[in-house]
Amino acid sequence: MNPSPERPPHAGHLVGARPEPGFDISVDGRPVSAVPGQTIGAVLYSNGIKSWRTTRMGGRPRGLFCGIGVCFDCLVTVNGEASLRACQTEARPGDKVTTA
Amino acid sequence: MSDRREHAPGRRPDGSALKDLAVVGAGPAGMAAAVAAARAGLSVALIDSGARLGGQYYRHPPEGFRARRPGALHHGFARFTRLADALKAHGVEIRLGHRVWAVEKLTGDASEKAIAAEEDAGVAVHCLAGARDERRETVLARRLVIATGAHDRPLPFPGWDLPGVFTAGGAQALLKGDLVVAGRRVVVAGTGPFLLPVAAGLAGAGAHVAGVFEANGRFGLASTLIAHPGKLAEGAGYGYRLARHRVPYAGGHAVVAAHGENELTHVTVAKVDRDWVPGPLRTIECDALAVGYGFVPQIELATQLGCATGTGGDGGPVVAVDEGMRTSVPGVYAAGEPTGVGGAELAEVEGWIAGRAVAADLGRQVDRAPGLARRRARLAAFGRALQAAYPVRDGWMGWLRDDTLICRCEEVPYARIKDARELGASDARSLKLLARPGMGWCQGRVCGYAVACLAGEEPLPPRRPIAQPVRLGDLAGDQEGEDPR
Repeated sequence: MNPSPERPPHAGHLVGARPEPGFDISVDGRPVSAVPGQTIGAVLYSNGIKSWRTTRMGGRPRGLFCGIGVCFDCLVTVNGEASLRACQTEARPGDKVTTA
Repeated sequence: MSDRREHAPGRRPDGSALKDLAVVGAGPAGMAAAVAAARAGLSVALIDSGARLGGQYYRHPPEGFRARRPGALHHGFARFTRLADALKAHGVEIRLGHRVWAVEKLTGDASEKAIAAEEDAGVAVHCLAGARDERRETVLARRLVIATGAHDRPLPFPGWDLPGVFTAGGAQALLKGDLVVAGRRVVVAGTGPFLLPVAAGLAGAGAHVAGVFEANGRFGLASTLIAHPGKLAEGAGYGYRLARHRVPYAGGHAVVAAHGENELTHVTVAKVDRDWVPGPLRTIECDALAVGYGFVPQIELATQLGCATGTGGDGGPVVAVDEGMRTSVPGVYAAGEPTGVGGAELAEVEGWIAGRAVAADLGRQVDRAPGLARRRARLAAFGRALQAAYPVRDGWMGWLRDDTLICRCEEVPYARIKDARELGASDARSLKLLARPGMGWCQGRVCGYAVACLAGEEPLPPRRPIAQPVRLGDLAGDQEGEDPR
Protein backbone atom coordinates (compact mmCIF):
# COMPACT_ATOMS: atom_id res chain seq x y z
CA MET A 1 0.00 0.00 0.00
CA ASN A 2 1.25 3.38 -0.92
CA PRO A 3 -1.05 6.16 0.24
CA SER A 4 -0.49 9.46 -1.48
CA PRO A 5 -0.71 12.59 0.60
CA GLU A 6 -3.34 14.13 -1.65
CA ARG A 7 -6.48 12.57 -2.94
CA PRO A 8 -7.67 13.08 -6.51
CA PRO A 9 -10.71 15.32 -7.07
CA HIS A 10 -14.18 13.84 -7.09
CA ALA A 11 -16.70 14.40 -9.85
CA GLY A 12 -19.91 13.74 -7.95
CA HIS A 13 -21.07 17.33 -8.23
CA LEU A 14 -21.13 17.12 -12.03
CA VAL A 15 -23.81 14.46 -12.08
CA GLY A 16 -25.75 15.82 -9.14
CA ALA A 17 -24.83 12.89 -6.93
CA ARG A 18 -26.46 12.48 -3.53
CA PRO A 19 -24.67 9.28 -2.56
CA GLU A 20 -26.32 6.71 -0.37
CA PRO A 21 -24.73 6.33 3.03
CA GLY A 22 -21.30 4.90 2.40
CA PHE A 23 -19.51 2.11 4.18
CA ASP A 24 -15.96 1.28 5.08
CA ILE A 25 -13.72 -1.41 3.75
CA SER A 26 -10.34 -2.06 5.28
CA VAL A 27 -7.00 -1.91 3.55
CA ASP A 28 -4.29 -3.67 5.55
CA GLY A 29 -6.40 -2.90 8.61
CA ARG A 30 -6.94 0.77 7.82
CA PRO A 31 -10.54 1.84 7.11
CA VAL A 32 -11.31 3.61 3.83
CA SER A 33 -14.71 4.85 2.68
CA ALA A 34 -16.70 3.50 -0.25
CA VAL A 35 -19.87 4.53 -2.07
CA PRO A 36 -22.24 1.60 -2.75
CA GLY A 37 -21.54 0.26 -6.24
CA GLN A 38 -18.01 1.60 -6.53
CA THR A 39 -15.30 -0.82 -7.54
CA ILE A 40 -12.52 -1.78 -5.14
CA GLY A 41 -10.08 -0.10 -7.54
CA ALA A 42 -11.99 3.19 -7.46
CA VAL A 43 -12.31 3.05 -3.68
CA LEU A 44 -8.57 2.52 -3.25
CA TYR A 45 -7.59 5.14 -5.82
CA SER A 46 -9.97 7.77 -4.51
CA ASN A 47 -8.51 7.26 -1.04
CA GLY A 48 -5.04 8.04 -2.34
CA ILE A 49 -3.88 4.42 -2.67
CA LYS A 50 -2.43 4.04 -6.16
CA SER A 51 -0.83 0.62 -6.00
CA TRP A 52 -1.72 -2.57 -4.16
CA ARG A 53 0.53 -5.26 -5.49
CA THR A 54 4.07 -5.73 -6.72
CA THR A 55 5.12 -7.73 -9.73
CA ARG A 56 6.51 -11.25 -9.41
CA MET A 57 9.93 -10.58 -10.93
CA GLY A 58 10.77 -6.91 -10.71
CA GLY A 59 8.83 -6.15 -7.54
CA ARG A 60 7.30 -3.17 -9.33
CA PRO A 61 4.20 -1.46 -7.91
CA ARG A 62 1.00 -1.88 -9.88
CA GLY A 63 -2.51 -0.47 -9.68
CA LEU A 64 -5.13 0.68 -12.17
CA PHE A 65 -4.16 0.93 -15.82
CA CYS A 66 -6.86 0.03 -18.37
CA GLY A 67 -9.79 0.42 -15.97
CA ILE A 68 -12.02 -1.92 -17.98
CA GLY A 69 -10.89 -5.41 -17.03
CA VAL A 70 -8.53 -6.02 -19.94
CA CYS A 71 -5.00 -5.59 -18.56
CA PHE A 72 -5.11 -7.47 -15.22
CA ASP A 73 -2.62 -5.01 -13.73
CA CYS A 74 -4.97 -4.15 -10.87
CA LEU A 75 -5.18 -7.65 -9.38
CA VAL A 76 -6.06 -7.44 -5.70
CA THR A 77 -6.56 -9.76 -2.75
CA VAL A 78 -9.93 -9.33 -1.02
CA ASN A 79 -10.94 -11.37 2.04
CA GLY A 80 -8.08 -13.70 1.24
CA GLU A 81 -9.23 -14.31 -2.32
CA ALA A 82 -6.34 -13.46 -4.63
CA SER A 83 -6.23 -12.26 -8.23
CA LEU A 84 -9.50 -10.34 -8.39
CA ARG A 85 -9.50 -7.43 -10.80
CA ALA A 86 -9.93 -4.35 -8.64
CA CYS A 87 -11.51 -2.41 -11.51
CA GLN A 88 -14.21 -5.05 -11.97
CA THR A 89 -14.95 -6.03 -8.39
CA GLU A 90 -17.63 -4.09 -6.56
CA ALA A 91 -16.74 -3.21 -2.98
CA ARG A 92 -18.91 -4.76 -0.27
CA PRO A 93 -19.25 -3.66 3.34
CA GLY A 94 -16.60 -5.28 5.50
CA ASP A 95 -14.28 -6.22 2.65
CA LYS A 96 -10.71 -6.71 3.79
CA VAL A 97 -8.13 -5.80 1.18
CA THR A 98 -4.57 -6.94 1.74
CA THR A 99 -1.75 -5.46 -0.28
CA ALA A 100 1.69 -6.86 -0.87
CA MET B 1 -26.46 -36.23 -15.12
CA SER B 2 -30.00 -36.14 -16.44
CA ASP B 3 -30.96 -37.46 -19.83
CA ARG B 4 -31.32 -34.34 -21.87
CA ARG B 5 -33.45 -36.04 -24.50
CA GLU B 6 -36.34 -36.07 -22.03
CA HIS B 7 -36.56 -32.31 -22.31
CA ALA B 8 -38.83 -30.67 -24.81
CA PRO B 9 -37.09 -29.30 -27.88
CA GLY B 10 -36.17 -25.68 -27.43
CA ARG B 11 -35.97 -26.00 -23.65
CA ARG B 12 -32.86 -26.25 -21.59
CA PRO B 13 -32.67 -28.95 -18.95
CA ASP B 14 -33.37 -26.33 -16.30
CA GLY B 15 -36.53 -25.35 -18.12
CA SER B 16 -35.40 -22.03 -19.49
CA ALA B 17 -36.03 -21.39 -23.14
CA LEU B 18 -33.54 -21.51 -25.94
CA LYS B 19 -33.26 -17.93 -27.11
CA ASP B 20 -33.65 -16.86 -30.68
CA LEU B 21 -30.70 -14.52 -30.25
CA ALA B 22 -27.80 -14.03 -27.87
CA VAL B 23 -26.02 -10.69 -28.05
CA VAL B 24 -22.59 -10.42 -26.44
CA GLY B 25 -21.78 -6.87 -25.43
CA ALA B 26 -24.24 -4.30 -24.05
CA GLY B 27 -22.75 -1.15 -25.53
CA PRO B 28 -24.47 0.90 -28.23
CA ALA B 29 -24.19 -1.87 -30.85
CA GLY B 30 -25.36 -4.71 -28.64
CA MET B 31 -28.22 -2.75 -27.10
CA ALA B 32 -29.49 -1.66 -30.52
CA ALA B 33 -29.20 -5.20 -31.93
CA ALA B 34 -31.12 -6.60 -28.97
CA VAL B 35 -33.87 -3.98 -29.24
CA ALA B 36 -34.23 -4.41 -33.01
CA ALA B 37 -34.49 -8.19 -32.73
CA ALA B 38 -36.85 -8.12 -29.76
CA ARG B 39 -39.07 -5.54 -31.45
CA ALA B 40 -39.42 -7.96 -34.37
CA GLY B 41 -40.66 -10.63 -31.97
CA LEU B 42 -37.50 -12.59 -31.18
CA SER B 43 -36.54 -13.79 -27.72
CA VAL B 44 -33.22 -12.18 -26.88
CA ALA B 45 -30.55 -12.50 -24.21
CA LEU B 46 -28.12 -9.59 -23.85
CA ILE B 47 -24.87 -10.56 -22.12
CA ASP B 48 -22.18 -8.25 -20.75
CA SER B 49 -19.29 -8.55 -18.35
CA GLY B 50 -19.98 -5.14 -16.85
CA ALA B 51 -22.15 -4.32 -13.87
CA ARG B 52 -24.35 -1.92 -15.83
CA LEU B 53 -25.68 -1.52 -19.36
CA GLY B 54 -23.94 0.81 -21.78
CA GLY B 55 -20.49 -0.67 -22.41
CA GLN B 56 -17.50 1.65 -22.35
CA TYR B 57 -19.09 4.55 -24.20
CA TYR B 58 -22.13 4.86 -21.95
CA ARG B 59 -20.34 3.86 -18.77
CA HIS B 60 -22.13 5.63 -15.92
CA PRO B 61 -22.06 5.67 -12.12
CA PRO B 62 -23.75 3.01 -10.00
CA GLU B 63 -27.13 3.55 -8.38
CA GLY B 64 -25.38 4.17 -5.08
CA PHE B 65 -24.46 7.68 -6.18
CA ARG B 66 -28.14 8.54 -6.82
CA ALA B 67 -27.03 10.86 -9.60
CA ARG B 68 -29.68 13.36 -10.70
CA ARG B 69 -27.84 13.90 -13.99
CA PRO B 70 -26.15 10.54 -14.73
CA GLY B 71 -25.49 11.62 -18.33
CA ALA B 72 -23.75 14.89 -17.50
CA LEU B 73 -20.36 13.39 -18.36
CA HIS B 74 -21.52 12.02 -21.73
CA HIS B 75 -22.20 13.12 -25.25
CA GLY B 76 -25.69 11.93 -26.22
CA PHE B 77 -26.70 10.08 -23.06
CA ALA B 78 -30.38 10.38 -24.02
CA ARG B 79 -29.76 7.77 -26.72
CA PHE B 80 -28.59 5.36 -24.04
CA THR B 81 -31.67 6.01 -21.91
CA ARG B 82 -33.93 5.31 -24.89
CA LEU B 83 -32.11 2.06 -25.69
CA ALA B 84 -32.21 0.91 -22.06
CA ASP B 85 -35.95 1.68 -21.81
CA ALA B 86 -36.60 -0.17 -25.06
CA LEU B 87 -34.69 -3.25 -23.87
CA LYS B 88 -36.94 -3.45 -20.84
CA ALA B 89 -40.12 -2.66 -22.79
CA HIS B 90 -39.43 -5.52 -25.20
CA GLY B 91 -38.58 -8.05 -22.54
CA VAL B 92 -34.92 -8.60 -23.41
CA GLU B 93 -33.27 -10.88 -20.84
CA ILE B 94 -30.34 -8.85 -19.52
CA ARG B 95 -27.41 -10.78 -18.07
CA LEU B 96 -24.87 -8.40 -16.57
CA GLY B 97 -21.69 -9.49 -14.82
CA HIS B 98 -21.34 -12.37 -17.29
CA ARG B 99 -17.86 -12.79 -18.73
CA VAL B 100 -17.95 -14.83 -21.91
CA TRP B 101 -14.96 -17.14 -22.11
CA ALA B 102 -15.99 -19.23 -25.08
CA VAL B 103 -18.62 -19.46 -27.77
CA GLU B 104 -19.28 -22.68 -29.53
CA LYS B 105 -21.25 -23.44 -32.64
CA LEU B 106 -23.54 -26.33 -31.88
CA THR B 107 -23.64 -29.07 -34.43
CA GLY B 108 -26.78 -30.83 -35.56
CA ASP B 109 -25.65 -33.89 -33.59
CA ALA B 110 -28.60 -34.03 -31.25
CA SER B 111 -27.31 -36.88 -29.15
CA GLU B 112 -24.59 -34.65 -27.76
CA LYS B 113 -26.29 -31.28 -27.93
CA ALA B 114 -29.95 -32.06 -27.47
CA ILE B 115 -30.90 -28.44 -27.14
CA ALA B 116 -29.95 -27.67 -30.69
CA ALA B 117 -33.11 -26.88 -32.55
CA GLU B 118 -33.88 -28.99 -35.54
CA GLU B 119 -33.04 -26.72 -38.42
CA ASP B 120 -30.85 -24.23 -36.52
CA ALA B 121 -28.05 -25.73 -34.54
CA GLY B 122 -27.28 -22.39 -32.91
CA VAL B 123 -24.58 -21.41 -30.48
CA ALA B 124 -23.63 -22.00 -26.88
CA VAL B 125 -22.27 -18.94 -25.08
CA HIS B 126 -20.22 -20.04 -22.08
CA CYS B 127 -20.02 -17.47 -19.31
CA LEU B 128 -18.61 -17.00 -15.86
CA ALA B 129 -21.14 -15.02 -13.87
CA GLY B 130 -20.35 -12.83 -10.88
CA ALA B 131 -17.09 -11.14 -9.97
CA ARG B 132 -16.63 -13.27 -6.89
CA ASP B 133 -18.48 -16.51 -6.15
CA GLU B 134 -18.08 -17.19 -9.85
CA ARG B 135 -20.48 -19.66 -11.38
CA ARG B 136 -20.71 -21.17 -14.81
CA GLU B 137 -23.65 -20.22 -17.00
CA THR B 138 -24.32 -21.19 -20.58
CA VAL B 139 -26.72 -19.29 -22.81
CA LEU B 140 -28.03 -21.19 -25.80
CA ALA B 141 -29.38 -19.35 -28.79
CA ARG B 142 -30.17 -19.87 -32.44
CA ARG B 143 -28.25 -16.79 -33.51
CA LEU B 144 -25.33 -14.78 -32.11
CA VAL B 145 -24.44 -11.11 -32.43
CA ILE B 146 -20.88 -10.25 -31.40
CA ALA B 147 -20.82 -6.66 -30.15
CA THR B 148 -17.80 -6.82 -27.90
CA GLY B 149 -16.44 -3.34 -28.58
CA ALA B 150 -12.81 -2.37 -28.40
CA HIS B 151 -10.15 -1.59 -25.84
CA ASP B 152 -7.40 1.01 -25.77
CA ARG B 153 -4.29 0.47 -27.83
CA PRO B 154 -1.34 1.52 -25.68
CA LEU B 155 2.25 1.84 -26.83
CA PRO B 156 5.08 1.02 -24.44
CA PHE B 157 7.47 3.74 -23.33
CA PRO B 158 9.85 4.06 -20.37
CA GLY B 159 7.87 4.25 -17.14
CA TRP B 160 4.48 3.35 -18.61
CA ASP B 161 3.99 0.75 -15.90
CA LEU B 162 4.11 3.30 -13.06
CA PRO B 163 0.90 3.69 -11.02
CA GLY B 164 -0.72 6.92 -12.15
CA VAL B 165 -0.26 6.06 -15.83
CA PHE B 166 -3.64 5.13 -17.31
CA THR B 167 -4.86 4.26 -20.74
CA ALA B 168 -6.98 7.14 -22.04
CA GLY B 169 -10.03 4.89 -21.78
CA GLY B 170 -9.02 3.84 -18.29
CA ALA B 171 -8.98 7.41 -17.01
CA GLN B 172 -12.31 7.95 -18.74
CA ALA B 173 -13.79 4.79 -17.22
CA LEU B 174 -12.72 5.77 -13.71
CA LEU B 175 -14.40 9.14 -14.17
CA LYS B 176 -17.61 8.05 -15.91
CA GLY B 177 -18.11 4.84 -13.96
CA ASP B 178 -16.88 5.70 -10.46
CA LEU B 179 -16.75 9.54 -10.50
CA VAL B 180 -13.08 9.41 -9.53
CA VAL B 181 -10.74 11.84 -11.29
CA ALA B 182 -7.44 10.17 -12.19
CA GLY B 183 -5.31 12.96 -10.74
CA ARG B 184 -5.07 16.56 -9.63
CA ARG B 185 -2.61 17.47 -12.38
CA VAL B 186 -3.04 15.32 -15.46
CA VAL B 187 -1.36 15.01 -18.84
CA VAL B 188 -3.28 13.54 -21.78
CA ALA B 189 -1.25 12.11 -24.66
CA GLY B 190 -1.31 9.77 -27.62
CA THR B 191 -3.11 10.13 -30.90
CA GLY B 192 -6.66 10.39 -32.13
CA PRO B 193 -9.82 12.37 -31.50
CA PHE B 194 -10.61 10.38 -28.33
CA LEU B 195 -8.00 12.42 -26.45
CA LEU B 196 -10.30 15.46 -26.63
CA PRO B 197 -13.30 14.13 -24.69
CA VAL B 198 -10.94 12.51 -22.19
CA ALA B 199 -9.15 15.81 -21.55
CA ALA B 200 -12.38 17.81 -21.53
CA GLY B 201 -13.95 15.37 -19.08
CA LEU B 202 -10.99 15.49 -16.69
CA ALA B 203 -10.77 19.29 -16.85
CA GLY B 204 -14.49 19.66 -16.30
CA ALA B 205 -14.30 17.36 -13.29
CA GLY B 206 -11.72 19.48 -11.54
CA ALA B 207 -8.36 18.15 -12.70
CA HIS B 208 -5.74 20.59 -13.88
CA VAL B 209 -4.96 19.26 -17.36
CA ALA B 210 -1.38 20.33 -17.93
CA GLY B 211 -1.51 19.56 -21.63
CA VAL B 212 -2.94 17.44 -24.44
CA PHE B 213 -0.15 16.07 -26.62
CA GLU B 214 -1.24 14.71 -29.98
CA ALA B 215 1.64 12.87 -31.62
CA ASN B 216 0.27 13.47 -35.10
CA GLY B 217 -0.12 17.02 -36.33
CA ARG B 218 -3.54 18.45 -35.74
CA PHE B 219 -4.16 19.22 -39.39
CA GLY B 220 -5.20 16.94 -42.20
CA LEU B 221 -8.55 16.21 -40.63
CA ALA B 222 -10.37 19.37 -41.60
CA SER B 223 -11.73 18.12 -44.93
CA THR B 224 -13.03 14.95 -43.29
CA LEU B 225 -14.83 16.88 -40.57
CA ILE B 226 -16.42 19.39 -42.91
CA ALA B 227 -18.26 16.53 -44.59
CA HIS B 228 -19.70 15.55 -41.18
CA PRO B 229 -21.28 18.62 -39.59
CA GLY B 230 -22.39 16.70 -36.50
CA LYS B 231 -18.87 15.50 -35.81
CA LEU B 232 -17.49 18.95 -36.50
CA ALA B 233 -19.85 20.40 -33.89
CA GLU B 234 -18.90 17.69 -31.38
CA GLY B 235 -15.20 18.39 -31.95
CA ALA B 236 -15.76 22.13 -31.64
CA GLY B 237 -17.60 21.53 -28.37
CA TYR B 238 -14.59 19.74 -26.88
CA GLY B 239 -12.30 22.45 -28.22
CA TYR B 240 -14.43 25.09 -26.53
CA ARG B 241 -14.40 23.23 -23.21
CA LEU B 242 -10.61 22.77 -23.37
CA ALA B 243 -10.17 26.47 -24.15
CA ARG B 244 -12.46 27.45 -21.27
CA HIS B 245 -10.30 25.43 -18.88
CA ARG B 246 -7.16 26.87 -20.50
CA VAL B 247 -5.88 23.41 -21.47
CA PRO B 248 -2.87 23.65 -23.78
CA TYR B 249 -3.14 21.45 -26.88
CA ALA B 250 -0.03 20.61 -28.90
CA GLY B 251 0.09 18.63 -32.11
CA GLY B 252 3.38 16.95 -33.01
CA HIS B 253 4.25 16.25 -29.38
CA ALA B 254 4.38 12.99 -27.47
CA VAL B 255 5.00 11.74 -23.95
CA VAL B 256 8.14 9.66 -24.45
CA ALA B 257 8.84 8.75 -20.81
CA ALA B 258 7.10 8.67 -17.44
CA HIS B 259 9.03 9.08 -14.20
CA GLY B 260 8.59 8.45 -10.50
CA GLU B 261 9.77 6.22 -7.72
CA ASN B 262 6.67 4.26 -6.79
CA GLU B 263 4.15 6.36 -8.65
CA LEU B 264 4.07 8.92 -11.43
CA THR B 265 5.55 12.33 -10.61
CA HIS B 266 6.44 13.74 -14.02
CA VAL B 267 6.65 12.98 -17.73
CA THR B 268 9.05 13.84 -20.53
CA VAL B 269 7.32 15.45 -23.48
CA ALA B 270 9.12 15.55 -26.81
CA LYS B 271 8.43 17.50 -29.92
CA VAL B 272 8.26 14.75 -32.54
CA ASP B 273 8.67 14.85 -36.28
CA ARG B 274 6.27 13.32 -38.78
CA ASP B 275 7.63 9.84 -38.02
CA TRP B 276 7.50 10.47 -34.25
CA VAL B 277 11.26 10.69 -33.88
CA PRO B 278 11.81 12.82 -30.75
CA GLY B 279 13.41 16.25 -30.90
CA PRO B 280 13.57 18.81 -28.09
CA LEU B 281 12.45 17.55 -24.67
CA ARG B 282 10.77 19.15 -21.69
CA THR B 283 9.53 17.91 -18.34
CA ILE B 284 6.01 18.32 -16.98
CA GLU B 285 5.02 17.52 -13.41
CA CYS B 286 1.83 15.49 -13.09
CA ASP B 287 0.31 12.81 -10.89
CA ALA B 288 -1.64 11.12 -13.68
CA LEU B 289 -1.13 10.46 -17.37
CA ALA B 290 -3.92 9.31 -19.70
CA VAL B 291 -2.37 7.90 -22.84
CA GLY B 292 -3.94 6.19 -25.85
CA TYR B 293 -2.98 5.43 -29.42
CA GLY B 294 -6.30 4.32 -30.82
CA PHE B 295 -8.28 1.17 -30.20
CA VAL B 296 -8.09 -2.57 -30.74
CA PRO B 297 -11.39 -4.22 -31.68
CA GLN B 298 -12.18 -7.22 -29.47
CA ILE B 299 -12.72 -9.95 -32.05
CA GLU B 300 -11.57 -13.11 -30.30
CA LEU B 301 -15.07 -14.60 -30.03
CA ALA B 302 -15.41 -14.25 -33.79
CA THR B 303 -12.01 -15.78 -34.48
CA GLN B 304 -12.82 -18.62 -32.04
CA LEU B 305 -15.78 -19.44 -34.25
CA GLY B 306 -13.71 -19.22 -37.41
CA CYS B 307 -15.26 -16.02 -38.76
CA ALA B 308 -13.31 -14.56 -41.66
CA THR B 309 -11.43 -11.35 -40.93
CA GLY B 310 -10.53 -8.36 -43.02
CA THR B 311 -8.37 -5.30 -42.52
CA GLY B 312 -9.54 -2.20 -40.67
CA GLY B 313 -8.68 1.40 -41.40
CA ASP B 314 -5.47 1.09 -39.34
CA GLY B 315 -4.27 -2.16 -40.92
CA GLY B 316 -5.39 -4.28 -37.97
CA PRO B 317 -7.76 -7.24 -38.15
CA VAL B 318 -11.54 -6.75 -38.05
CA VAL B 319 -14.45 -9.14 -38.50
CA ALA B 320 -15.58 -9.29 -42.12
CA VAL B 321 -19.34 -8.78 -42.51
CA ASP B 322 -21.88 -8.37 -45.31
CA GLU B 323 -24.57 -5.69 -45.64
CA GLY B 324 -26.61 -7.42 -42.91
CA MET B 325 -23.64 -7.65 -40.49
CA ARG B 326 -23.45 -11.41 -41.17
CA THR B 327 -20.02 -12.93 -40.65
CA SER B 328 -18.73 -15.79 -42.77
CA VAL B 329 -20.05 -18.27 -40.18
CA PRO B 330 -23.77 -18.93 -40.65
CA GLY B 331 -25.85 -17.65 -37.76
CA VAL B 332 -23.10 -15.38 -36.41
CA TYR B 333 -23.27 -11.59 -36.81
CA ALA B 334 -20.97 -8.80 -35.67
CA ALA B 335 -21.69 -5.13 -34.99
CA GLY B 336 -19.80 -2.11 -33.75
CA GLU B 337 -16.06 -1.84 -33.21
CA PRO B 338 -15.29 -5.52 -34.04
CA THR B 339 -16.14 -4.75 -37.67
CA GLY B 340 -13.92 -1.64 -37.69
CA VAL B 341 -13.35 1.12 -35.17
CA GLY B 342 -15.82 3.90 -35.87
CA GLY B 343 -17.36 5.12 -32.62
CA ALA B 344 -20.66 4.87 -30.81
CA GLU B 345 -22.95 6.29 -33.48
CA LEU B 346 -21.73 3.83 -36.12
CA ALA B 347 -21.88 1.01 -33.57
CA GLU B 348 -25.53 1.74 -32.83
CA VAL B 349 -26.44 1.84 -36.52
CA GLU B 350 -24.67 -1.49 -37.07
CA GLY B 351 -26.55 -2.89 -34.10
CA TRP B 352 -29.89 -1.90 -35.60
CA ILE B 353 -28.88 -3.48 -38.91
CA ALA B 354 -27.67 -6.70 -37.25
CA GLY B 355 -30.77 -7.13 -35.08
CA ARG B 356 -33.06 -6.58 -38.05
CA ALA B 357 -31.04 -8.98 -40.21
CA VAL B 358 -31.27 -11.68 -37.55
CA ALA B 359 -35.03 -11.21 -37.38
CA ALA B 360 -35.38 -11.33 -41.17
CA ASP B 361 -33.16 -14.41 -41.39
CA LEU B 362 -35.37 -16.15 -38.83
CA GLY B 363 -38.41 -15.43 -40.97
CA ARG B 364 -39.81 -12.37 -39.19
CA GLN B 365 -41.36 -9.51 -41.11
CA VAL B 366 -38.94 -6.59 -41.15
CA ASP B 367 -39.52 -3.50 -43.28
CA ARG B 368 -36.72 -2.24 -45.42
CA ALA B 369 -34.62 0.54 -43.97
CA PRO B 370 -32.29 1.82 -46.66
CA GLY B 371 -31.52 4.84 -44.47
CA LEU B 372 -29.64 2.63 -42.03
CA ALA B 373 -27.38 1.26 -44.76
CA ARG B 374 -26.65 4.76 -45.99
CA ARG B 375 -25.84 6.00 -42.49
CA ARG B 376 -23.61 3.02 -41.91
CA ALA B 377 -21.70 3.65 -45.15
CA ARG B 378 -21.24 7.32 -44.31
CA LEU B 379 -20.17 6.76 -40.69
CA ALA B 380 -17.88 3.84 -41.55
CA ALA B 381 -16.14 5.96 -44.17
CA PHE B 382 -15.70 8.66 -41.54
CA GLY B 383 -14.25 6.13 -39.08
CA ARG B 384 -11.76 4.92 -41.66
CA ALA B 385 -10.79 8.51 -42.50
CA LEU B 386 -10.17 9.22 -38.81
CA GLN B 387 -7.97 6.17 -38.46
CA ALA B 388 -6.03 7.25 -41.55
CA ALA B 389 -5.65 10.76 -40.11
CA TYR B 390 -4.22 9.46 -36.81
CA PRO B 391 -1.82 6.62 -37.68
CA VAL B 392 0.81 5.17 -35.36
CA ARG B 393 4.24 6.05 -36.74
CA ASP B 394 7.31 3.85 -36.28
CA GLY B 395 9.29 6.49 -34.41
CA TRP B 396 7.78 5.34 -31.08
CA MET B 397 10.15 2.37 -31.12
CA GLY B 398 12.96 4.86 -30.66
CA TRP B 399 11.45 5.89 -27.30
CA LEU B 400 12.22 2.45 -25.84
CA ARG B 401 15.18 1.72 -23.61
CA ASP B 402 16.62 -1.72 -22.92
CA ASP B 403 14.81 -1.93 -19.58
CA THR B 404 11.45 -0.62 -20.85
CA LEU B 405 8.82 -3.29 -20.28
CA ILE B 406 7.12 -4.34 -23.49
CA CYS B 407 4.88 -6.96 -21.87
CA ARG B 408 3.63 -5.74 -18.50
CA CYS B 409 2.24 -9.11 -17.41
CA GLU B 410 5.34 -11.19 -18.00
CA GLU B 411 7.70 -8.26 -17.38
CA VAL B 412 9.51 -8.67 -20.68
CA PRO B 413 11.95 -5.80 -21.25
CA TYR B 414 12.83 -4.46 -24.67
CA ALA B 415 16.31 -5.97 -24.38
CA ARG B 416 14.83 -9.46 -24.37
CA ILE B 417 12.80 -8.70 -27.50
CA LYS B 418 15.99 -7.54 -29.20
CA ASP B 419 17.79 -10.72 -28.07
CA ALA B 420 14.99 -12.83 -29.54
CA ARG B 421 15.21 -10.96 -32.82
CA GLU B 422 18.96 -11.59 -32.88
CA LEU B 423 18.26 -15.27 -32.30
CA GLY B 424 16.23 -15.21 -35.49
CA ALA B 425 12.68 -14.44 -34.35
CA SER B 426 11.36 -12.51 -37.32
CA ASP B 427 7.63 -12.55 -36.62
CA ALA B 428 5.37 -11.90 -33.64
CA ARG B 429 4.72 -15.57 -32.91
CA SER B 430 8.42 -16.44 -32.77
CA LEU B 431 9.06 -13.40 -30.58
CA LYS B 432 6.31 -14.59 -28.26
CA LEU B 433 7.74 -18.10 -28.05
CA LEU B 434 11.29 -16.93 -27.41
CA ALA B 435 10.75 -13.90 -25.18
CA ARG B 436 7.23 -14.54 -23.78
CA PRO B 437 5.51 -11.21 -24.50
CA GLY B 438 1.75 -11.74 -24.53
CA MET B 439 1.90 -14.98 -22.53
CA GLY B 440 0.48 -13.53 -19.30
CA TRP B 441 -2.87 -12.67 -17.78
CA CYS B 442 -4.02 -10.23 -20.46
CA GLN B 443 -3.16 -12.67 -23.26
CA GLY B 444 -1.39 -10.04 -25.29
CA ARG B 445 -4.31 -7.61 -25.42
CA VAL B 446 -2.14 -4.80 -24.06
CA CYS B 447 1.18 -5.49 -25.82
CA GLY B 448 0.02 -7.42 -28.90
CA TYR B 449 0.01 -4.42 -31.20
CA ALA B 450 3.43 -3.23 -30.02
CA VAL B 451 4.93 -6.70 -30.37
CA ALA B 452 3.61 -6.98 -33.92
CA CYS B 453 5.21 -3.59 -34.72
CA LEU B 454 8.50 -4.67 -33.14
CA ALA B 455 8.38 -7.81 -35.29
CA GLY B 456 7.84 -5.60 -38.33
CA GLU B 457 4.44 -7.01 -39.25
CA GLU B 458 0.78 -6.01 -39.24
CA PRO B 459 -1.11 -7.36 -36.22
CA LEU B 460 -2.71 -10.75 -36.86
CA PRO B 461 -6.17 -11.83 -35.71
CA PRO B 462 -6.03 -13.06 -32.10
CA ARG B 463 -5.88 -16.78 -31.40
CA ARG B 464 -7.33 -17.13 -27.92
CA PRO B 465 -9.16 -20.41 -27.54
CA ILE B 466 -10.29 -19.13 -24.15
CA ALA B 467 -11.35 -15.49 -24.12
CA GLN B 468 -11.13 -14.97 -20.35
CA PRO B 469 -8.98 -16.51 -17.64
CA VAL B 470 -10.90 -19.50 -16.38
CA ARG B 471 -10.25 -22.10 -13.72
CA LEU B 472 -9.19 -25.51 -14.99
CA GLY B 473 -12.20 -27.00 -13.23
CA ASP B 474 -14.56 -24.84 -15.26
CA LEU B 475 -12.88 -26.01 -18.43
CA ALA B 476 -13.17 -29.63 -17.38
CA GLY B 477 -16.73 -29.35 -16.12
CA ASP B 478 -19.69 -29.83 -18.40
CA GLN B 479 -23.06 -28.14 -18.51
CA GLU B 480 -24.64 -29.82 -15.50
CA GLY B 481 -21.47 -30.86 -13.74
CA GLU B 482 -20.91 -30.05 -10.12
CA ASP B 483 -18.81 -27.03 -9.42
CA PRO B 484 -15.43 -28.70 -9.12
CA ARG B 485 -14.11 -26.29 -6.51
